[in-house]
Amino acid sequence: MGHSVTKRPRPATLLVGAVLLLVLAGCQSRATGQYVYDWSIFWDSVVRPSPRILNGIWLTVTIAVISQLIGIVLGVFGALGRLARFRPARYLANFYVWIFRGTPLLVQIMFLYYGLLVTHIYSWPDLTLMGITLPSVIQAGIFALGVNEGAYMSEIVRAGILSVDPGQLEAARSLGMTYPMAMRRIVLPQAARVVVPPLGNEFNNMLKTTSLLFLLAVPELFVTFSQLNGSGPTSFHPFELFLACALWFLLLTTIWSLIQARIEKRLARGTGTGAEQGPSMRTRLFHGFGGGR
Amino acid sequence: MTIHTPHGLLDAVGAVPEGPEGLIVEATDVHKYFGRLHVLRGVNLTVNRREVLVLIGPSGSGKTTFLRCINHLERIQQGRIRVNGQLIGYREEGDKLVEDRERNIAAQRSQIGFVFQRFNLFPHLTALENIMEAPIRVRGLPEDEAREMGLKLLERVGLAAKETTYPQQLSGGQQQRVAIARALAMRPALILFDEPTSALDPEMIGEVLDVMKELAHEGMTMIVVSHEMGFAREVGDRVVMMDEGVIIEEGTPEGLFSNPREERTQAFLSKIL
Repeated sequence: MGHSVTKRPRPATLLVGAVLLLVLAGCQSRATGQYVYDWSIFWDSVVRPSPRILNGIWLTVTIAVISQLIGIVLGVFGALGRLARFRPARYLANFYVWIFRGTPLLVQIMFLYYGLLVTHIYSWPDLTLMGITLPSVIQAGIFALGVNEGAYMSEIVRAGILSVDPGQLEAARSLGMTYPMAMRRIVLPQAARVVVPPLGNEFNNMLKTTSLLFLLAVPELFVTFSQLNGSGPTSFHPFELFLACALWFLLLTTIWSLIQARIEKRLARGTGTGAEQGPSMRTRLFHGFGGGR
Repeated sequence: MTIHTPHGLLDAVGAVPEGPEGLIVEATDVHKYFGRLHVLRGVNLTVNRREVLVLIGPSGSGKTTFLRCINHLERIQQGRIRVNGQLIGYREEGDKLVEDRERNIAAQRSQIGFVFQRFNLFPHLTALENIMEAPIRVRGLPEDEAREMGLKLLERVGLAAKETTYPQQLSGGQQQRVAIARALAMRPALILFDEPTSALDPEMIGEVLDVMKELAHEGMTMIVVSHEMGFAREVGDRVVMMDEGVIIEEGTPEGLFSNPREERTQAFLSKIL
């Protein structure tokens, strides 16, 4: 359980890939002779990103983090609801997961912002907190991403809870703990180990899915590059711009996979694999799993 | 390795049961179904304070199920189980049983220790934390007092150096001793043992039985599902034989083992002795 599921791409692999792409691009250009490359646009947006791009990156990361946190909280409650003995809780949780996993996120975003707006059911206000204004579209976007993510997290957390030996809950209850206490102190911490690898996957997805907020014109990473492509001195250079955009996303997801590996290592505590002080994954794979303690 | 003799177990938790003699467990006409399977068919049993009762019987006879009913890990469909005079798991409404509130059941369970066949230690907590968790969360003991008590208990079950060790780095026998210490830390009025040595390698059975024998000598009330005849002879006050969901015979260890009245008891004993 302690090992990392995400595989880090090696820098060498990345480099080879990038070179191949460039060579391919060169051939293409000679063949058609129409598109004129402006590589300074690419390099500028990668090496010397404008404040606009930096703002886009910042937005993408914050939106992803907040949405994922909302997703985790909803996921825990959703999972507990689905496992509850109390029927209404179960029905409610099942309904929630059914709706948000069963419809496209794209549709949910449109509905939760525009649908609620035009009917005056709810129009998201621009909030100003401590001098920082949080525009309505960003709130609606975070809400939609978070609620959608919660449905998926419900399933992941539920699987995590089910993976914990029922004897754990029994032991906790035999000591006089109530169900909520036993869940919080005994079962959920153990479920976390199982939940973290797929959670990492979810957050990796979330970082990229933020780009769907182009529907609400939230100026995150993708929208920023789209706008750069749409007007101004860099307009109509989709090849250079979106290549740069992709690199930025790749950087974000790569950093995340490194962080995830560290989290998983910490959670391996007490699993008996001794991941903190024991042999590395590589040693264990190639020299067999040693018995004994 | 030095041989460690457990001692002062109850003293470590500051509780020597000086309560009045008399009944601590009263089970009357207990019935239990798993779906359509009728596993307990009217169990009647009383246990006295400071008594050590050993429950034997073939597998599927319902002894473990009955033990689990005593602290309401299993629901019952008919009958009454009282511990310390309190009805366990249910309220009586007229002559109907209604399951009690979670909070009340939890409070009842905190008075009844349970030691599992497969230990069920919390793998994400160290040996010491396993012991401290419930006293802090359930009894509301301050952390430093819980720590002091936990260390004392670990020392007295012979695991003084293991406080920061995680369960999976401990042997089966060591894990079971931690589990007993964990149950003791709640100062239970009685402890239920569900085949505490049957998941252990043979060389580790002795160290767990030693702790249990010491507990018995110190006057802890115990109900033990076990086929350890040596243990039953040495510290058991009474042996109860179950088969097909009812108690078919009971007596002193000496009497029951040497002169079983029932044919089924004879057949069973001849297989395990």
